[in-house]
Amino acid sequence: MSADLGASAVTFDHVWVTYADADEPALRDVTLRIGHGELAVVVGRTGSGKSTLLGAINALVPHFTGGTLRGRVTVGGLDTATHRPRDLATVVGVVGQDPAAGFVTDTVEEELAYAMEQLGLPPATMRRRVEETLDLLGIADLRHRQLRTLSGGQQQRVAIGSVLTAHPSVLVLDEPTSALDPTGAEEVLATITRLVHDLAVTVVLAEHRVERVLQYADIVIHVDQGQVTSGAPADVMLTSTVAPPVVELGRELGWAPLPLSVRDAKKAARGLHLTRPEEARRSAGEDVLTARRVGVRHGSLVAVHEADVTVRRGEVTALMGRNGCGKSSLLWALQGSGTRTGGTVEIEGRDPAETGPGERRGLIGLVPQTPADLLYLPSVGEECAQADTESAAASGTCREILDRLVPGIGDEMHPRDLSEGQRLALVLAIQLTARPRVLLLDEPTRGLDYTVKAALSALLRDLEDTAILLSTHDVEFVAGVADQVMVMAQGEIVARGSTRDIVVSSPAYAPQVAKVLGGAFLTVAEVREAR
Amino acid sequence: MRALHPMAWWGWAIGLAVAASLTTNPLVLALILAVTVLVVVARRTDSPWAKAFRLYLFLGLAVVLFRVFFHLLVGLKFGDIRLFWLPSVSMPEWAAGVQLGGTVYLEGLLGAILLGAKLGVLIVAVGAANALANPKRLLRAFPRALHEIGTAVVVAVSVAPQLAESVQRVMRARQLRGEPRTGLAGVPRVALPVLQDTLDRSLQLASAMESRGYGGHHGQPRPRWVGALTLGGLMVTTWGLFGLLSPASATWWTSPVVLAVGVVVSVAGLWAAGRAVRVSTYRPDRWGLIETVTLSCGLAAAATTLWVRHADPLALQMPLQPLSTPALPWVAVVGILAATLPAFVTPPAEETS
Repeated sequence: MSADLGASAVTFDHVWVTYADADEPALRDVTLRIGHGELAVVVGRTGSGKSTLLGAINALVPHFTGGTLRGRVTVGGLDTATHRPRDLATVVGVVGQDPAAGFVTDTVEEELAYAMEQLGLPPATMRRRVEETLDLLGIADLRHRQLRTLSGGQQQRVAIGSVLTAHPSVLVLDEPTSALDPTGAEEVLATITRLVHDLAVTVVLAEHRVERVLQYADIVIHVDQGQVTSGAPADVMLTSTVAPPVVELGRELGWAPLPLSVRDAKKAARGLHLTRPEEARRSAGEDVLTARRVGVRHGSLVAVHEADVTVRRGEVTALMGRNGCGKSSLLWALQGSGTRTGGTVEIEGRDPAETGPGERRGLIGLVPQTPADLLYLPSVGEECAQADTESAAASGTCREILDRLVPGIGDEMHPRDLSEGQRLALVLAIQLTARPRVLLLDEPTRGLDYTVKAALSALLRDLEDTAILLSTHDVEFVAGVADQVMVMAQGEIVARGSTRDIVVSSPAYAPQVAKVLGGAFLTVAEVREAR
Repeated sequence: MRALHPMAWWGWAIGLAVAASLTTNPLVLALILAVTVLVVVARRTDSPWAKAFRLYLFLGLAVVLFRVFFHLLVGLKFGDIRLFWLPSVSMPEWAAGVQLGGTVYLEGLLGAILLGAKLGVLIVAVGAANALANPKRLLRAFPRALHEIGTAVVVAVSVAPQLAESVQRVMRARQLRGEPRTGLAGVPRVALPVLQDTLDRSLQLASAMESRGYGGHHGQPRPRWVGALTLGGLMVTTWGLFGLLSPASATWWTSPVVLAVGVVVSVAGLWAAGRAVRVSTYRPDRWGLIETVTLSCGLAAAATTLWVRHADPLALQMPLQPLSTPALPWVAVVGILAATLPAFVTPPAEETS
């Protein structure tokens, strides 16, 4: 391939995108350049148009999604107006959020070869490239494995490998780590930075948890309601609508240049003296849920082993640990409808597993990992009315809670048209309608941006009559919301204590602010109060 | 170490299935079943479709039980050795072939069991092919013109487990809204989220395939005559088959030549269509000596049984009237025993997970 190194890898020239059924354009007058070998990080709130921007790079927008695109997008010198996504397979590789959803074959090796088969490459070339890619991504030992049996991080690396075998010069990644635990995310990000540094692949990456990637970025592309600004990371982040804690801290303290990594911030923080104001400790209520020696066994697999859990009224407890360590199994077992093979669970002297599902709602509620599973009616209004009936609550209770959580969702809206955050709020409202004593949330922050996370955090802390237990990987979220933290590993609870004690001492779980300022502060909000 | 060409396993299994379909002799049927199970146990992988072999065994058993049930219910009971009596209903003249209930005889019951067993063993043989040969690899061995169909089947196969997972997840979520696990009223409430989930996944998969170049292989559109050739060939083939099987007296169109012409034209059409498809295959399965041996073993079982059928047709049947011990047609026995050979000469399966 003869690459014109002078030209940019990706260019947008006055691009407008309007989807068929939308009133507003999804992208407005976007002009930007991404140079060869650069790592571009796309940031922006949910629904701001990030995915549209990424889709436009390999012509999925508008060839696959529909809608109209005005202006000109080129990638590797090719105009997307005249090239379909399939024609661009050798130029752009695209990896989505959920790697498993894009797998076509069933073993690692075949998946890596798939794109090359479609291109009709000769078998000898395919063999060579598969071997090279296996080594490049460090997955040679997985070559014969079934894709379904891989961990999330491994699956995502295979997905990246499966587009790399076509030797694209641009790699587009739409939130590649959002479904992964911190370890899996590290694996994937390490792979991506290696691709940028060693192979000079141009990478365009969208990411919600900006803190993970910002330090590696060459340029940041900020998308806000379809409008795009791009430039050097420190400049763009100064006014960005999404900001990781370290950037927010820098803004708060007026540091210039704006620090993008913990390392930079730590340098800037030298000589800074802040004293933490006396903490107004929240008075925790009585124990609401008491579980002793809870065990969950699926066949021969022990998912949870003798876990003791106590949750108090008006207190938020976070359950942390890597994927597959038994967090979900424990939550479902506590809720009563999941498998429980040992131990006791008691809420107000009753075992939720022994009550009927209707009665159980009044004791304990659970918001599952995919909240949309709970929704099946065609409008928000009907969902709310149904929730009132289910909970034998006064008509309008659910609606009232929803308005308090997130005002402005119309009754006639279809639940599928809501944003991730709005949908979570609706499900939360439905579950709170029954006024449960205990509320469990399984990975509530997945797919939420900083603003929505902060809103969720405030909302959970306001539920003073309810005991809350949530599982999450998101250390920054935990720092802001949780009073207590439990850490699980291999089905056992290995640590528990107050948030400050647990997260500050752990290198893996310490929030950015704590890393910069030491254990005295966990969140930017605390710093703000101190000033 | 390599996996055997899937066509070899299918050929082998079809050979055994043909042998089973020719006989009701319990000794021969038992031998075929034993040989099939032996080879499967020795050479299957740990993949999900290989684990499904057990289901085929159950299905085979179910067929036998079904056959017996219908024999007891409506079958024509014949023989001399009375077993037991069932309440019967006398049938009108025109339904003479049907007998509701009545006295059950040993001969009739045995006949029903063996007819069921014949079908059951045939099903198990197909299950064996499924367990031994990766169905996805089998599709890859198809002509390139059928590439799209192959892809569709592969996608469908991988969607099934995801669908089951989805259903399970939504059923659990239903309980969170205070609904009992069972009940017909809940069906749309489960179906709707599951359907949405499946559609989302399909779209994601389609976009992933599109981005990776799927469908980009049609450099030039297929000429129209290619389609006409394939279709015409298939029509002639059907005609030829019909002619061959029809009881009509022999004329020019019932000769095997018509069938042969049809097959040749269809293959030519597929070949021409395949030329336009510029898709290559990663590590195509090779056909080597071991494949030929495996296929021959299966064919030997079929050929020897066919020979016995011509030479000594009674040897392949269970003598029911009068009831006596079945014969042991040694030529067929040797042929079927030869089909155990792949259990020892083929390479053992690799670990995949």
